[in-house]
Amino acid sequence: MINSGDTAWVLISSALVMLMTPALAFFYGGMVRRKNMLSVLMQCFIILCVLSIQWVLIGYSLSFAPNKGFWGGFAWFGLNNVGLEPYADYAATIPHQAFMIFQAMFAIITPALIIGAFAERMKFSSFLIFTLLWATFVYDPLCHWVWGLGGWLRNLGALDFAGGTVVHINAGIAALVTALIIGRRKNLERNVPTPHNMPFVVLGTGLLWFGWFGFNAGSALAANGLAVNAFVVTNTAAASAGLSWALIEWLRNGKPTIFGVASGAVAGLVAITPAAGFVSVIPAIIIGLLVSVFCFTAVSIIKPRLGYDDSLDAFGVHCVGGIWGALATGLFASKAVNPLGANGLFFGNPRQFVIQLATVAVTIVYTFIMTVILYKLVNAIMGMRVDEKEELIGLDLTQHHERAYTLLE
Amino acid sequence: MKLIVAIIQPFKLEEVKEQLYKEEVNLITVSEVLGHGRQKGVAEVYRGTKETGNLLRKVRLEIAVNENFVEPTIKAIIKGAKTGETGDGKIFVLDLKECVRIRTEERGSAAIG
Repeated sequence: MINSGDTAWVLISSALVMLMTPALAFFYGGMVRRKNMLSVLMQCFIILCVLSIQWVLIGYSLSFAPNKGFWGGFAWFGLNNVGLEPYADYAATIPHQAFMIFQAMFAIITPALIIGAFAERMKFSSFLIFTLLWATFVYDPLCHWVWGLGGWLRNLGALDFAGGTVVHINAGIAALVTALIIGRRKNLERNVPTPHNMPFVVLGTGLLWFGWFGFNAGSALAANGLAVNAFVVTNTAAASAGLSWALIEWLRNGKPTIFGVASGAVAGLVAITPAAGFVSVIPAIIIGLLVSVFCFTAVSIIKPRLGYDDSLDAFGVHCVGGIWGALATGLFASKAVNPLGANGLFFGNPRQFVIQLATVAVTIVYTFIMTVILYKLVNAIMGMRVDEKEELIGLDLTQHHERAYTLLE
Repeated sequence: MKLIVAIIQPFKLEEVKEQLYKEEVNLITVSEVLGHGRQKGVAEVYRGTKETGNLLRKVRLEIAVNENFVEPTIKAIIKGAKTGETGDGKIFVLDLKECVRIRTEERGSAAIG
């Protein structure tokens, strides 16, 4: 039975999540050097184009068609049998296609998150092929396991409200793999790249925060109390994490920075994502305060020591924050918030924590191996990295024959 | 005293800086400029309209040196900036009448280094 309020909310949420990909483009774009600004915007926007089509043709079917196997299969190819009546196993009160388009936006932003790891040095053509393969062979199966009917992690009882595992840990591990294999950018030691436009980073963060209400509260798939809970804890965790990152910088470096608050807010949003429909507001504050400690340690202390070049900290924020969020869900989940969920460790159910841990481990192993394979495959056929001169000139001019800013009129 | 002005490819700046540091030429001023030489450059295309013959982005270095540093500086710039293709740029060497260090009010050769 279609409910108009629920349908309206899910459609609006889909639009909110769609906006997150352009928001991410500006968040990441502000962080790169100006010679690569357009390449980042381009990568985000072309993902929006390519994966929108991939999703309605095969992606949705591979992810969500009922099946106990590796993925959903081709039963819903081209949205065959995905109509305007509800599909009760996913969402009983909205048209099936509303659920489909909401999920499309998640499938789009996930590969876009990985861009942060290899920004400023990947060949555009290879990036396109790699992204398409990654979406099909990494995102779609994993999405099926966690959310699809018959998915084995779903049947195991893993809690992932809005995509901590499927989106953030998944993209975060792929980010680590690509950063490791593609190697460091040139001249990093001599000329430490600084963000070329910090206001864009802040603008992107603001729009991400805004869009995340659709991401998390929309994942209730109804305009109900659960959506409100998700909305409230999302805002609370983002706020706590933004504040806590600033405080850490203040204590450690003497001054709080806007880049820090922005990074913290995004980390908080990442961490609350799997938990948004299962935890109440006090745990949300704890999740937010602590995620900045973990992510700050990852990007400011561990990364420089290990020396891998995750350009814009896609791993440090999304994977680290995502793992904390998934585990925190296993700690703080409460049936008082969501009777359809489960209790976590602190509510007397240690088993849930173990399930969360297992899901995280499966995601890390699967994504790690598959990303290595797909990267090596595309690299062998067409080469993933631009040559040194192109990298020095910048991707805007060499990959797209455009540049972001003029010097004179 | 000479003032060395060099116009180079922007993407060669890091290499030129490194070569200059090796020759212990540490005091340089860098600015971004637009210029037009023989080079066609990387074409830019906007909605199908190809923009060639445009002014190209270059980097200008200004380096004030004492006589004994003139040749090492020129060699360092060439070593860092040369690709052998059109567009590598030019080096101009100008006589420098006076140099004053504002902080100490020193003048001449003593003020340069």
